[in-house]
Amino acid sequence: MKTKILAVPYIIWMIIFTIIPLGLVIFFAFTTQSGKFTFSNIVAMNDYLDVLFRSIEFSVIATVICLLLGLPVAYLISRLARGKQGTMLMIVIIPMWINFLLRTYAWMTLLEENGIINRFFGLFHLGPFNLINNSGAVILGMIYNYIPFMILPLYSVMTKIDENVIEAAQDLGCSGFHIMTKIILPLSKQGISTGIITVFVPSVSTFIISRMLGGGTNDLIGDIIESQFLGNSYNPHLGSAMSLVLMVIVLLIMSLFNQFGSEEAVI
Amino acid sequence: MENIIISLKDAIVDFDGEQILKKINLDIVDKQFVTLLGPSGCGKTTTLRIIGGFQQMKSGSLFFNNKDITKLPPHKRQVNTVFQKYALFPHLNIYDNIAFGLKLKKLKDKEIKTRVQETLELVNLIGFEKRSIHSLSGGQQQRVAIARALVNRPKVLLLDEPLGALDLKLRKEMQIELKNIQQELEITFVYVTHDQEEALTMSDTVVVMNDGIIQQIGTPVDIYNEPKNAFVADFIGDSNIIDGIMRKDFLVDFAGNSFTCVDSGFENDELVDVVIRPEDIKIVPQIQGAITGIVESVIFKGVHYEMIVEASGYKWKVQSTLHEDVGSIVGMNIEPMDIHIMHKMGN
Repeated sequence: MKTKILAVPYIIWMIIFTIIPLGLVIFFAFTTQSGKFTFSNIVAMNDYLDVLFRSIEFSVIATVICLLLGLPVAYLISRLARGKQGTMLMIVIIPMWINFLLRTYAWMTLLEENGIINRFFGLFHLGPFNLINNSGAVILGMIYNYIPFMILPLYSVMTKIDENVIEAAQDLGCSGFHIMTKIILPLSKQGISTGIITVFVPSVSTFIISRMLGGGTNDLIGDIIESQFLGNSYNPHLGSAMSLVLMVIVLLIMSLFNQFGSEEAVI
Repeated sequence: MENIIISLKDAIVDFDGEQILKKINLDIVDKQFVTLLGPSGCGKTTTLRIIGGFQQMKSGSLFFNNKDITKLPPHKRQVNTVFQKYALFPHLNIYDNIAFGLKLKKLKDKEIKTRVQETLELVNLIGFEKRSIHSLSGGQQQRVAIARALVNRPKVLLLDEPLGALDLKLRKEMQIELKNIQQELEITFVYVTHDQEEALTMSDTVVVMNDGIIQQIGTPVDIYNEPKNAFVADFIGDSNIIDGIMRKDFLVDFAGNSFTCVDSGFENDELVDVVIRPEDIKIVPQIQGAITGIVESVIFKGVHYEMIVEASGYKWKVQSTLHEDVGSIVGMNIEPMDIHIMHKMGN
């Protein structure tokens, strides 16, 4: 009984800040402004399917790239001496100490037509290149902002892999590549699926990155939802419906992923 | 002519400026059971890791069948290792653990299956194929580790204190089993241990190491009966090490008395270590003994009693099937052939 009492504060927190808001979202999604039940908000989603698919496409690409970049980085860090591991993790984490908006603004000044990168190329009479206001810049923003969430869970499982097990694999004939595919990846499965979820979920619902780096032509579902609550097209009923649909889609993708996750994770 | 399969030449290994191996030379004879024996930190595991390819030398070279393999990575060497903490693959079942090396060699499934079966039979684990390694006892995991290495039919099997984590009874059984496997398969075993009894039981050749230096190489009988220095004598079995003076060939003074011995070739009046095994000291009535002492303690050890006898400033360890009472005065005699004379260490 006593241990159950300890859970009460969290349960109250959950009810106030998760269950009730979720109920409100569902309520708004299925009602009109006058409070009558309707499916019209959900049906209205049809107009935004392209945005929804773009959001999913961008975040899948960003997640895959984060995974491909994160795997070797996490592995290398996990094999460093203990002291150096801390320093390297610090370097991974430090950007997260800086405000999200500021980080994204920094990318704007780097990528702009007369930004730092183009000016650098200009020295060699190259460019200017069109680096910003396109889908690539949005995906880059997602990768930059969320890759620590890939590296950290990968690192935490990889650091638990016994060095002896890797040596045993080498001893039995594994080259570097086979050590990765036959030992490291299977033993990192848990970290891979955690990393994919922690990168994919915030990516698919992000809204500021696309507006700052996408130049208004690459709006994501997050931007549309935001504008239903704060923008000119104020309509919390439609915004709630969109949130709900996005949530259901994310849940479906996640459960599908968990179903086939084991095979996918091994590549 | 004995065929040397592995030859280590002038191997030096440094860790953070500290010399772990101090220029050692070691030849390992094909099809022998060779044990590297020594206290922890003596360099025995480092030596094994050099052969396995996991440890780079600062200088020196390694030959395998007269071919220089110093720079060859581990996965290309014809040796396999049984690791100290088993190092089984936690994500694979027993069959896949054992088949791991064969699958990498891209053998046919059918051949892999027969070879895994043969090996499971060898280590008495038939029927365990589908089990997870987490469901096995320490002894069974050890067998899987041995099978996983042996199934590749290596020319040389390296074993790094493989029985260290097992209880005494199981360890004794595995010692005999390992020796049988080695003789049945006729491959070279290089075995690292700090347990002198294990080394004496199983080996054809024992290499005693200390402080990054090979102290003595020989058969178990040689090492036990003719230790080269006081370290080897002390490490292999129990020993009393007494300061003595070699008066002339076959005559040594220690414990206030002169003794006839069988050693010669020392300088006259050279200071020496006299090594006497506890079981070689005979307890006799006081007047018949060459050395007189007081029994300080008696411990029952099963097969024999172990007594500590205080005499001429030393505490003598004596093993006997009979025992004297604590506090009684006894005489001790030693046969000439049981007195081992050694140069002082460091000379």
